[in-house]
Amino acid sequence: MAIDKILVLVELTESGPTATSLELLTAARGLATTVEAASWGPGVAAAAGTIGEYGATTLYDIGDLGGALPGVPVAGALVSVLSTSGASALLIPTSYDGRDIAGRLSAKLNVPVLTNVTGLNNDDGLSTEHPIFGGTQIVHAKFTGTGVGIYVIRAKSFTAEPAGGAAAAVVAAAAPAAGNTGTATIVARHVEERSGPKLDEAAVVVSGGRGLGSANNYAWINDLAKLLNGAAGASRAIVDAGWVPYSHQVGQTGKTVKPTVYLACGISGATQHLVGMKGSKNIIAINKDQEAPIFSVADLGIVGDVNKVVPALIEALKSRG
Amino acid sequence: MLAMNVVVCVKQIPDPAAPQSLEASTNTLNRTGKLIMDDSDAYGVEMALQLVDKAGGGEVTLVSMAANGEVSGLRTALAMGAAKAILVSDDALKGSDALGTAKVLAAAIKRTQFDLILAATESSDGYTGTTPVQLAELLDLPSITFAKSVTIDGSTVKVDRQTEAGYDEVTSPLPAVVTVTAGVVEPRYPSFKGIMAAKSKPVDQVTVADLGLSPSDIGAAGSGQTITKVVDAEARASGEIVVDEGDGAQRIVTFLEGLKLI
Ligand SMILES: Cc1cc2nc3c(=O)[nH]c(=O)nc-3n(C[C@H](O)[C@H](O)[C@H](O)COP(=O)(O)OP(=O)(O)OC[C@H]3O[C@@H](n4cnc5c(N)ncnc54)[C@H](O)[C@@H]3O)c2cc1C
Repeated sequence: MAIDKILVLVELTESGPTATSLELLTAARGLATTVEAASWGPGVAAAAGTIGEYGATTLYDIGDLGGALPGVPVAGALVSVLSTSGASALLIPTSYDGRDIAGRLSAKLNVPVLTNVTGLNNDDGLSTEHPIFGGTQIVHAKFTGTGVGIYVIRAKSFTAEPAGGAAAAVVAAAAPAAGNTGTATIVARHVEERSGPKLDEAAVVVSGGRGLGSANNYAWINDLAKLLNGAAGASRAIVDAGWVPYSHQVGQTGKTVKPTVYLACGISGATQHLVGMKGSKNIIAINKDQEAPIFSVADLGIVGDVNKVVPALIEALKSRG
Repeated sequence: MLAMNVVVCVKQIPDPAAPQSLEASTNTLNRTGKLIMDDSDAYGVEMALQLVDKAGGGEVTLVSMAANGEVSGLRTALAMGAAKAILVSDDALKGSDALGTAKVLAAAIKRTQFDLILAATESSDGYTGTTPVQLAELLDLPSITFAKSVTIDGSTVKVDRQTEAGYDEVTSPLPAVVTVTAGVVEPRYPSFKGIMAAKSKPVDQVTVADLGLSPSDIGAAGSGQTITKVVDAEARASGEIVVDEGDGAQRIVTFLEGLKLI
């Protein structure tokens, strides 16, 4: 039996719904008879077309939050949206704000959150998949509480596909007054410069780890990424060490990437790194340690010194023009 | 502020470097062995010590929950310089989910005085990453997650919060809950003196009944979710692993050509 109704929380950027939001709408469409969406920010009404195209019939517009951090006001609004909508499940993208909203809502409704979901099935009710131990095993779980099931779902768990539906009907659903919990305010936003394709959208991702030896050598990763028209990624070790900004991090606490080729240079392949890149179509690894776990997922593994192989690769690609 | 009292939530977890297993009957992580302080929490402890230092007074209190009464992870944080700890320990806590944990931590934190609560963005073993925000909601406090820097200005906390695009400057009145990312500060290693001193620092052990919590709120019963099965993930077909004989770069070029990427 199909699930009656699923509500999807859609996150917006200036260019419309995030990729993960569209993936969740697509997944919800395959599971439920009716899909509805909720979103916030100044651009909700403008996104009704896209959101409808991906399958939602109704779009609850929580509105512009000004400078408030979204967690509290969006969770507050969702409490009434859920009771109006009657949806039995709420899908939330894994993101900074998504996790805040899920946590706030969970405590407000006194229901648990199922997080790090990478698959959804209708198995006599909604059932979830969660990778554990670096993605070597998959836990299947079910929400058994009363009320709405809250699911926080990782990026790239599904492939987004439009269904050609009409624009979603926009329904106002303003956030209630937040009281003391809602006093955290964004006073300034800083956007880091980026050139080339986005890390989580690029067909080629070249990542560097501690094996590069020094922050300066990360220039090789940028060069390779440029030559292959790809994006530059990193292990957490070198993000923590301050070699590159956090936005480059691939893994459990960073981005999930699924490029055509993932090239790992001097990365050991810790389980928390593997969960973020194991889904890549092809994996190439360069590591001087034959026993490095990264080789267990590599299609092509070069046991060698990044100081030799990487500059040689840059030269070889450059000479091809 | 002349004195700053900071509560740090500390989780004691099975050593992530050791092989991990699931308990056969419940399919939950086997936590029966020795537990250590989650590395992710060292950043919160260090941040708290530095904030107290800067304020010129106050102290750092650790709050932790462990079904089996484990204290060794707390001793590590006490050795770094925290003043005392509250440990909620009870068989009934086994199988608690993130919300259940937040209820326990909230009840324990209410027993102490604080201006700020720090936690990691997520634990290394469970990594749900929702407990601190659930805790904030239960305590009726504002929260700022994913801090990459934390400063106190009078009765306001100022945080640089990581975002998809870069970072936001966010402020909140105190008291508040803040989660810190790895790398926010460099955690100190406990000194020999610190390790010796930690042995006699107070660890207040309390039970679920002491906190006045209902058993239906916590443990596996209160978790509202069940694991139906655990299966092996599809393994990747094993690839070609070759030792570089000066031809490594060329092999990569050939591989990329095969995919028509160059
Ligand atoms: C809660 C939690 C979340 C985490 N989240 C993430 C995450 O999102 N992403 C992530 O990446 N990590 C994450 N980690 C950290 C992870 O456990 C590892 O510590 C990290 O991935 C290691 O990074 P690395 O491979 O660069 O460094 P190392 O593990 O130090 O590996 C360096 C590798 O380089 C090789 N090497 C050294 N010199 C050379 C050379 N000259 N030529 C070739 N190879 C060389 C070595 O053989 C080694 O394999 C997380 C950890 C925790 C606890």
